[in-house]
Amino acid sequence: MTAALRFDPIRLPPECEQLRKEVRAFLAEEIAAGTFDPHKPNREDTDAPEFSRRVGAKGWLGMTWPKKYGGQERSFLERYVVTEEMRVANAPTRRFFVADRQSGPVLLKYAPEHIKMEILPRICRGELCFAIGMSEPNSGSDLFAAKTRATKTDGGYLINGTKIWTSSAHIADYMIAIFRTSPPTKENRRHGLTQFLVKMKQPGIKVNPIGQITGQYEFNEVVFTDYFIPDDHVLGEVDGAWKQATSELAYERSGPERFLETYYVLTELVRAVGSDPDTRSAEGIGRLVAQLHTMRRMSVSVAGMLQAGKEPVVEASIVKDIGTVWEQQLPHRVRDLAAFVEETATNRETLERQLDFAIKTAPKLTIQGGTTEVLRGIIARGLGLR
Amino acid sequence: MAESDNIVVETAEKIFADLADPQTINNDKKDAWKTPLWQALSEAGLPLSWVPEDLGGSGASLADGFALLNAAGRFAIAVPLAETMLAGWLLAQAKIASPDGEMTVVPASPKDRITLNADGSLSGRARGVPFAKAAKHFAVLVHGKDGVSIALVDAAKVRIEAGLNVGYDHSDAVTLDNVDPVTIKPAPNAFDQITLMLIGGVARSLQIAGALESMLDISVRYSNERVAFEKKISKFQAVQHNLARLAGESAAALAAATSAADAVANAKAFDDEVYLEAASAKIRCAEAAEKGGSIAHQVHGAIGFTMEHILHRYSLRALAWRDDFGSESHWAVELGRLVASRGADELWPLVASR
Ligand SMILES: Cc1cc2nc3c(=O)[nH]c(=O)nc-3n(C[C@H](O)[C@H](O)[C@H](O)COP(=O)(O)OP(=O)(O)OC[C@H]3O[C@@H](n4cnc5c(N)ncnc54)[C@H](O)[C@@H]3O)c2cc1C
Repeated sequence: MTAALRFDPIRLPPECEQLRKEVRAFLAEEIAAGTFDPHKPNREDTDAPEFSRRVGAKGWLGMTWPKKYGGQERSFLERYVVTEEMRVANAPTRRFFVADRQSGPVLLKYAPEHIKMEILPRICRGELCFAIGMSEPNSGSDLFAAKTRATKTDGGYLINGTKIWTSSAHIADYMIAIFRTSPPTKENRRHGLTQFLVKMKQPGIKVNPIGQITGQYEFNEVVFTDYFIPDDHVLGEVDGAWKQATSELAYERSGPERFLETYYVLTELVRAVGSDPDTRSAEGIGRLVAQLHTMRRMSVSVAGMLQAGKEPVVEASIVKDIGTVWEQQLPHRVRDLAAFVEETATNRETLERQLDFAIKTAPKLTIQGGTTEVLRGIIARGLGLR
Repeated sequence: MAESDNIVVETAEKIFADLADPQTINNDKKDAWKTPLWQALSEAGLPLSWVPEDLGGSGASLADGFALLNAAGRFAIAVPLAETMLAGWLLAQAKIASPDGEMTVVPASPKDRITLNADGSLSGRARGVPFAKAAKHFAVLVHGKDGVSIALVDAAKVRIEAGLNVGYDHSDAVTLDNVDPVTIKPAPNAFDQITLMLIGGVARSLQIAGALESMLDISVRYSNERVAFEKKISKFQAVQHNLARLAGESAAALAAATSAADAVANAKAFDDEVYLEAASAKIRCAEAAEKGGSIAHQVHGAIGFTMEHILHRYSLRALAWRDDFGSESHWAVELGRLVASRGADELWPLVASR
C-alpha cells in the first residue's frame, strides 16, 4: 500500500460528555446574560475580554498543559470538545483561541523557564491575546522567503520590516513571529529564520488595520522599526525556526474550527425548512449532514492520534483540505436550498443575514492556515510523489 | 496491501491474494477462478462469519466481519461473500440455521416488499438483488399481518430475471409467486426492513472504502511509472493535486465506513445515532466512489479505460455498490427528514453524540 491512511473510529470518552454538558451550560448562561448572540456570527470579538477571563476561570484554556504552568493536564479530546462547543455556539473566542491552540504550545516547547512561568499561567487565566507573525508581503505560502530582519545587537536583536495579514495584532499582547537572522544557505533555503516572542504595544511597532471583504477588521499590517527584542525572547534554535514552524502548523490544521466556521447556516436552514421538508430540501440537508458527520469523525480521529503522541501531518492536511473546501461550499449549498424556503418561515431574515455574511467569509477559508494547494502538496509528499 | 492484525482478515487476505488476484481474474474470461475461491472461503468458514456456531456458522463478531468486508473491497471480490454473510446474519436474527452454499438477501432495496400470504406462502418482487442468480438459498425479510418475519427460501422455487449491475456482477430481479419457505420465523422486536438496509449499506460502504484504497494505491504506482514530457507524471503538480484529492476521498470513505461499522457493532439499539452513522457512511462513500473513481481514471489515461486493465474492477464495482440497500439519494432524503423532525437545535447534539 502506498500510504496507510487509517482513521480509527475514536470515540470521545465519558469524561468528555460530562465536560460537554458543563460547556453548554456555561455558554447558555453567557448567552442569557447577553455576552454574545449565537445567531450573529458577524461581530468583532475585540470586546470580549471578560468572557476570556471567565473561560480561563473554568479551566478551559491551556487544558492539556502541565499544572505548574496553570494547565489542567487534561486530554486533547477534552480540549476538542470545548473547542467545538465554543465554535458551534459562535462564542467570542478570538481573544484567547490562538494562544490556547498554538502560541502556548510553542512557548511550552521552546521558551526559557522563567518566561513560561510568567506567561503561560496568564494565558490560562484568559488574560492574554496572541498573534502569529509568519506572513509577509512577499512571503505567504512560501514562508522561507520571509525577509523581515532581526539584527544582533547588545543583549538582543533589532527588528526591521513588515508582517502582514496578522490576525488580532490590534488587540494582541504578544506575537510569536519568525524573522530572518541569517541569509538562506545554498544547501538549505529554509535556513536562517528564527522564532521570537514579541511584546506588542511597545515603541517600534506600528499596527495598521486592514479591512476584510466581510466588512470586518481582523487582520493587520505590522511594521517594525528598530524594535528591540531581548535575548531571552528567542524561541528555540537560532536560524532553525523552519522545523518549529512546520510542527506548529500541524496543530493549526486538524481541529474542529477547520470545518465549522460557516456551520451556523446549516442549523438555520434546518430551522427554516421546518419539521416536514420537501424531498429536495430533505435530500440536500441529508447530504450536508452526512458530509459534516464524516469530517467530524475524521477530525476526532486525528485528535486521537495527537493524544497518542503521533504526528499526523498528512492526516491533518487531509482534514483541513476536505474540511475547508466543505465549509466554503456550505453557504452556497444552503443558499441553493434556501430558495425553496417558505416566505413565512419565522427565521427567514436571520437565515438571509447569516448567508450574506457566510458567503462573504467563504473565500478566506481555503487560504488561512495554509492554502489548499500547499496542503495538497503536503499530501502528495506523504503519498511519495515528491 | 494493507496490513492487518485481525485473524479473520488475515485468513481472508491470504485466500484473496492466492485465489483472487485481480490481474489473474481479469485475464480469465471463463470465470474458472470462482469455484476454487468460493471453496477456499467456505472451508475457512468466512461466508458464514456472522452466524453463531450453533446455527452452523463460525461465530465471528460483527466487527471482524466488517473488517473482512473492507478487505474484500480492497480486492474487489466478485463472489457473493458479503451477500452470504448478510443472509446468514439475517437468518440468525430469527434463530434459523444457515445451509451451505451461496446465499443472498431479499429484498436489497428499501422500496421493495415481500409479503406473507394467508396460506403461509410468500409473494412479491425485489429488483437489483445482488448475486441472486448465483444463490442456492435466499434469506427473505417478510411483511405479514402480524409484523415482520424472516424466511429461508430455496432458490429453485423463485423466478429470477438475470441482470448485470454497472460493475458486471449479477444483480437480478427476484419474483416470489406464492412460494412456500423452507423455514419462517418471526423477526426479533423492533427489527424491520430499515435495519436490514442499514446493515447492508454499512457492508457496501466498507467495500467501497476498500476499493478506493486500492484505486489510490494503483493510481499512485501508475503515476510513478508513466512518463510523459520526459517526466514521471507524478511530478506534475496537477497530477499530484488530483491524487491528493483521491487520497482525501479514500480517507473520508474509510473514516465514515469504519466509524459506522464500529457504531453498528457496538449498538444496543438502532437509535438515531446509529442511523446517522450508517446512513452517512452510505451517502459519503457513494460520493467518494464517484469523485475518487473519476480521478483514478483520469490519472490512468486511456489504459485505465480498457477491459485489460484492472482499474475498472474497482471503479465500476464501487459505483455499482452505491445502488444496493438504498442509494445515497434515498438515504440523504431519509437522514434529512430525521434531522428536520428532530429540529434545528438538536442537529449539533446529534452530530456531537458520536
Ligand atoms: C483571514 C486570514 C487570516 C490570516 N491570519 C494570519 C495570521 O494571523 N498570521 C499570519 O502569519 N498569516 C495569516 N494569514 C495569511 C495566510 O497564512 C496566507 O494568506 C497564506 O499562507 C497564503 O499566502 P499569500 O496570501 O501570500 O498567498 P500566495 O502565497 O501569494 O498564494 C497565492 C496563490 O498561489 C498559490 N501558490 C503559492 N505557492 C504555490 C505552490 N508552491 N504551488 C501551488 N500553488 C501555489 C496559492 O495556493 C494561492 O492560491 C491570514 C490569511 C487570511 C486570509
